[in-house]
Amino acid sequence: MTKIKSMADLRKLKDEVQSKIKLRENSDNPEQVVQIKVGMATCGIASGAKNTMNYFIEELEQEAIDAVVTQTGCMGFCYAEPTVEVTLPNKEAVVFGNVGKEKVREIINVYIKRGELIDGIIPVNFRTIDE
Amino acid sequence: MTDYKMHLLICGGTGCKASESDEIKNRLNHYIEEFDLGDEVQVVTTGCFGFCEKGPIIKVLPDNTFYVQVAPADAEEIIKEHIVKGRPVGRLLYTDPNSAKHVSDSKGMDFYKKQIRIALKNCGFINPENIDEYIARDGYQALGKCLTEMSREEVIKEIKDSGLRGRGGGGFPTGLKWEITKNVENDQKYVVCNADEGDPGAFMDRSILEGDPHSVLEAMAICGYCIGADSGLIYIRAEYPLAIQRLKVAIKQAEEYGLIGNDILGTGFNFKLELRYGAGAFVCGEETALIHSMEGLRGEPTFKPPFPSVSGYMGKPTNVNNVETFANVPVIINKGAKWFSSIGTEKSKGTKVFALAGKINNVGLIEVPMGTTLREVIYDIGGGIKGGKEFKSVQTGGPSGGCLTKKHLDIPIDYDNLIAAGSMMGSGGMIVMDEDDCMVSIAKFYLDFTLEESCGKCTPCRVGNKRLHEILDKITEGKGEMEDINKLKELSWVIKDTALCGLGQTSPNPVLSTIANFENEYLAHVQEGKCPAGQCKSLLRYDIVEDLCTGCTLCFRNCPVGAITGERRQAHYIDQSLCIKCGACFEKCKFNAITLT
Repeated sequence: MTKIKSMADLRKLKDEVQSKIKLRENSDNPEQVVQIKVGMATCGIASGAKNTMNYFIEELEQEAIDAVVTQTGCMGFCYAEPTVEVTLPNKEAVVFGNVGKEKVREIINVYIKRGELIDGIIPVNFRTIDE
Repeated sequence: MTDYKMHLLICGGTGCKASESDEIKNRLNHYIEEFDLGDEVQVVTTGCFGFCEKGPIIKVLPDNTFYVQVAPADAEEIIKEHIVKGRPVGRLLYTDPNSAKHVSDSKGMDFYKKQIRIALKNCGFINPENIDEYIARDGYQALGKCLTEMSREEVIKEIKDSGLRGRGGGGFPTGLKWEITKNVENDQKYVVCNADEGDPGAFMDRSILEGDPHSVLEAMAICGYCIGADSGLIYIRAEYPLAIQRLKVAIKQAEEYGLIGNDILGTGFNFKLELRYGAGAFVCGEETALIHSMEGLRGEPTFKPPFPSVSGYMGKPTNVNNVETFANVPVIINKGAKWFSSIGTEKSKGTKVFALAGKINNVGLIEVPMGTTLREVIYDIGGGIKGGKEFKSVQTGGPSGGCLTKKHLDIPIDYDNLIAAGSMMGSGGMIVMDEDDCMVSIAKFYLDFTLEESCGKCTPCRVGNKRLHEILDKITEGKGEMEDINKLKELSWVIKDTALCGLGQTSPNPVLSTIANFENEYLAHVQEGKCPAGQCKSLLRYDIVEDLCTGCTLCFRNCPVGAITGERRQAHYIDQSLCIKCGACFEKCKFNAITLT
């Protein structure tokens, strides 16, 4: 990593990483990237989030679906751990709760492949600072 | 690929399920079939919308129509009118209480979003182990702004104007604390982050550190700039291995970018960060004890003044703030004090993160604006009490707080209101209790904790709490006397007045608040020898009803202590002096011949 030596450097880096993420979100090419975030705080991991994440990576690879699977912190829905957020290209992010192995398969087969919503999604019930 | 044109999202939260959301779903599907819309419309059950008061809820996508208090009988109209003809059903729309108008498009409306995430803004959004994702969401911009555009005084003024108060429990104004530390002259000062979260059932700080560690690092550097410190220390308990690992990764990445270290952003400001591990003693959340523990001494509090702002770590001026307090700082700098102070109540600005736990449907981590009522937290966001039981009490503030009751449900949550109600904000644990919880036992539970965690330095806390615990024990054993209740109160006040540190001064709060709000339960234990919630084993009594007993000997064979006697085919009898109230006979009896009183 190169050092950030000034405020201008920091702003430049911010623009760079933002456009990198935007590019990923708005990509129009047919091999669109599916983004998956798995809630991996202690509580999520204790409920099996590590297995869920690994299973996602394995299954998506087998199905040859172009996807980015990353970890994130606690989404706050302890009653529904492990929680996973899936963002399909050009669509709003959807959060799924209680994602065990079976749910992973359902998410891949029904939501990711066919774009159909499935039972058990968690509606956004909070505002963010940007609103 | 099936391409549904419309989705009907129906809430499957416990509250809505109780008001027949399953039946609504069935009927919706029925009419979808009838109108041959199966390829175009899909009904999906969701988790809780956090607006249970108005449930059952249906949200229609893509037009974002939001229907409230839907009944099964409404299903036909929704399909016929809305889906087929494209006309929303007006009478089911949410009516805005301020404008008295129907709200049809929920997009951008926040009436059902009772939470606003400031401290948790990045939790669950970014990868905590990737600094680029933090930077993409305005990370380190606040630090840059402070260092390049603002003087130390201006930053402190901004924090003061925002009205931010300490989120660790005490609620001391953060800007004022920074100013005091800044004004003490010394060649070496320290910024300390108190991550010694120890309340039973609380996990706010852990979640922030695990989900968004950089926000804390950035705020500590800002604080260092303001008070004139070049060193920051994070005191974190060793029981948080994942938080520790993520902090280490975050510090390393920030150092690699030069955002922590020497000559930050070319401004000449130096700031380094280190971790210090605690062994998990609750008292080390008290700032003087925390500092002693960091110095390698016993984790015991000392008398204040001198406050750490004057003489703290290694005798140097030290500014101690809690994790959540720091997490608010970058947002305040970026969005301005005015924006921040527009949220919340008159004296408590911004939001508070709560770890919602206990007998509640949606156990979770929530962040609500100050001034939200307990009712909204418990019944809307929390989705109500588990198993449809009756709400009895909510405990806030951990072992230092108190138990609030039904009559407090509508008070707006802020520092001052909770204290006036006999509890306190604390760090943000919120434990909900239902009709099956015995309040005397709850008070005893918290004292168990305090006894275990008392450092033993001062007599009121070491001995006083032990005596309190003994009296509570006596009451739960059914051996209490009326005089004991007075003794509890008197002793509690003595401990509060004379204990050395915050732990001791607040440890009797659970006792006092349960006596104040649930005196009848204490009286039932003492005067009638009964535990209304059926939790105190010693006060239970199992009896065999002679007329119902068939003499099958099942209870006799299952009693682990041989307390049951009787001849085959004749009524049996329980010897109360031997019975250990395990309930094995009660569960085994096939004839309901055993009563529990």
